[in-house]
Amino acid sequence: NHKTLETSWLAFLASDVHPPHDWSSISWWSEVQMGPPDPILGVSEAYKRDTNPKKINLGVGAYRDDQGKPYVLSCVRKAEAQIAAKKLDKEYLAIGGLGDFTKACAKLALGDDNEVIKSGRNITVQTISGTGSLRIGANFLSRFHTEARDVYLPKPSWGNHTPIFRDAGMQLKAYTYYDPKTCGFDFQGALNDISKIPEKSVIMLHACAHNPTGVDPRPEQWKEIADLVKKRNLLVFFDMAYQGFASGDIDRDAWAVRYFIEQGHNIVLSQSFAKNMGLYGERVGGFTVVCKDAEEAKRVESQLKILIRPIYSNPPMNGARIAATILNTPDLYKEWLGEVHGMANRIITMRELLVANLKKEGSTRNWKHVIDQIGMFCFTGLKPEQVERLTKEFSVYMTKDGRISMAGVTSGNVGYLAQGIHAVTK
Amino acid sequence: IMSLFGEVPQATPVAVFKLSNDFKEDPNPMKVNLGVGAYRTDEGQPWVLPVVKKVEKLIVADNRLNHEYLPILGLPEFRSSASKIALGEDSPAIQESRVGAVQCLGGTGALKMGAEFLRRWYNGNDNMKTPVYVSAPTWENHNSVFANAGFKDVRPYKYWDAEKRGLDLDGFLGDLETAPKHSIFVLHACAHNPTGTDPTHVEWMQVAEVMKRRKLFVFFDSAYQGFASGCLDKDAWAVRNFVTQGFEMFCAQSFSKNFGLYNERVGNLTIVARDADNVRRVLSQMEKIVRVTWSNPPSQGARLVAITLNRAELFAEWKDNVKTMADRVLLMRASLQAKLQALGTPGTWDHITQQIGMFSFTGLNPKQVEYMIKERSIYLMASGRINMCGLTTKNIDYVAKSIHETVVNVQ
Repeated sequence: NHKTLETSWLAFLASDVHPPHDWSSISWWSEVQMGPPDPILGVSEAYKRDTNPKKINLGVGAYRDDQGKPYVLSCVRKAEAQIAAKKLDKEYLAIGGLGDFTKACAKLALGDDNEVIKSGRNITVQTISGTGSLRIGANFLSRFHTEARDVYLPKPSWGNHTPIFRDAGMQLKAYTYYDPKTCGFDFQGALNDISKIPEKSVIMLHACAHNPTGVDPRPEQWKEIADLVKKRNLLVFFDMAYQGFASGDIDRDAWAVRYFIEQGHNIVLSQSFAKNMGLYGERVGGFTVVCKDAEEAKRVESQLKILIRPIYSNPPMNGARIAATILNTPDLYKEWLGEVHGMANRIITMRELLVANLKKEGSTRNWKHVIDQIGMFCFTGLKPEQVERLTKEFSVYMTKDGRISMAGVTSGNVGYLAQGIHAVTK
Repeated sequence: IMSLFGEVPQATPVAVFKLSNDFKEDPNPMKVNLGVGAYRTDEGQPWVLPVVKKVEKLIVADNRLNHEYLPILGLPEFRSSASKIALGEDSPAIQESRVGAVQCLGGTGALKMGAEFLRRWYNGNDNMKTPVYVSAPTWENHNSVFANAGFKDVRPYKYWDAEKRGLDLDGFLGDLETAPKHSIFVLHACAHNPTGTDPTHVEWMQVAEVMKRRKLFVFFDSAYQGFASGCLDKDAWAVRNFVTQGFEMFCAQSFSKNFGLYNERVGNLTIVARDADNVRRVLSQMEKIVRVTWSNPPSQGARLVAITLNRAELFAEWKDNVKTMADRVLLMRASLQAKLQALGTPGTWDHITQQIGMFSFTGLNPKQVEYMIKERSIYLMASGRINMCGLTTKNIDYVAKSIHETVVNVQ
């Protein structure tokens, strides 16, 4: 009968728990190498392990207040309270995300009255912050932009751009951008290189507050770049992770994006709300494709959904809901603009303080670029060996390329930082 | 100017979402949505678990909490407690420090990370030819997840016997025997989607025996732990048995259903390896994959789950909430089966109560499904799959009568 059969079968199988041969010692993963720590995020991990009370984390671009503490925006707290009171359900979002968020996200970047939005020729999907947006974009281009496989990044660019595009199957190339001699923008070098980029290639432009250099083109320079890019018939991919953080003004920081669109470039655009709303861990971002018309936008949207579904099905609600509430509630929006302005101002103040302190230490180097550069980061000009010394001897943590996050500088630690920088550069 | 996207074709919409869309637009007041897999109360409403509401309040009130980035692999207290849920607190693998975890965006994200890792590091390097077997039928996104990760050979293994409306064990074991060595098998830990048909303990052990002997890779998809029987431990039996048997394996966990946290995207990829060193190296490579996909996972849902799982009273309350959901599903199963029997609907309907979890494979054919949708405004998948959660004491008579009518009139 069935019961007897089951009992004896169970006994048979139970007796075979540790089979005789190689089972217990061999692993599927014996050949898996230990991966190196992430060049950016790994810095924070090293910082955490350091026991020096004077340690400073200038690695990852996360804003800190003048006490060196994470800053939860007041408008965010208010939005959260409003959301909690609404008692919403937790049903799946659409693949493309929260409509209230994506509409507001596009308006923020392009301007409320932008013709693109009015004519419905953009498709904007909610993404897993900036990284997720870039990845969806990379996947989309890889699948549908078959005329060219090359993505041209500014030299240097955010460290994660390269592995993202590479993993998506694109090839990475570079155009001159940063001039180490001036610690500024190599405009002629950029134009020279861009003029040689093969037609239809993808060119990545940082909308504002270039990461890692903090060096942005001036409006007249952007105009020439836009012109040249059009002549070369290049596909423009804007990465806007710091709207509001560069100048403190949302519209000013989006100027380049809006100008390019005005000039007829049908761009693709990545946006992040990690920094400007302090929503880092909630993973709030958007990816926009500016299409020829609304019909094309529908086709593109359908394909973006096909790309998103096998990665994570649909995006997380919490952060998008907070962002949407802020963007769509007039007094929260106003408060937000004020807070972004405040964060940008504190950074500008720290830039000035750092230079003043370096002078006080007796440094004779030209540190003007620290004040000229824009946004969260400063490309100090320090060489890898100097960076290493700064970390080892002073417990100042930064990326090897000499980039420091100004957001990590406070009135309390700027003196010590200046000491360290002067010590390794004198 | 010519558009770069001029040649981009319109993609067909994902079936289950299109179904929900059509349901939304249907003006028929009697309409019933038996499509997408989300729990509904007897009022037909979404249900935010009472324990979740409680913990949300705790989070909002705690001023020490902020929105900083999580580590790449996720919130540590979430990862460890989530793995404990799957493997059991006293799991030998956990005690032997050979369990690792990656917090992911829902069950989909966990499958994605596992698939990406396997493509890069399993059975050679970047070996896209390793066959990936998914059950016939299976959750439709399984195919896309593995294909998009680069696997060129995603195939079905026999699972559902349409004639006898049960598990095709011989077919299943047969496919395990003939699969190329090292093939990857995606197994549903419990409450198989879409059939609701799970192997018995004995059958699972037979599956394990073949997989062990033929060196096949075990990839569990656990999206419904707690939903099958109402008991977390019972529902994890297969996963835990395989661990006891010594397998190295992946288990993709979703907390969408059992926590009702659908839109917060809470998932966990549990990794069981030979030893701690292997776990360490595997996790270091997982970080690389995470970094180029989403950098680090979303904070809110993981925090919620971690707080709940790590506090005794909250954990108890959660288990109770899960049982509430599972019990209502069981009640609807019993009710539907009884009504069809009472109506004398042709065919046997025992499978409604024998099947497990949120879904039932009714056995309705595509024509009958179309009839149900068009004539009765009852929305279900073309496969005949219904979500039991869509049934309520108020609509069950209508649904039963409609099934009866459909079976009688449409062949």
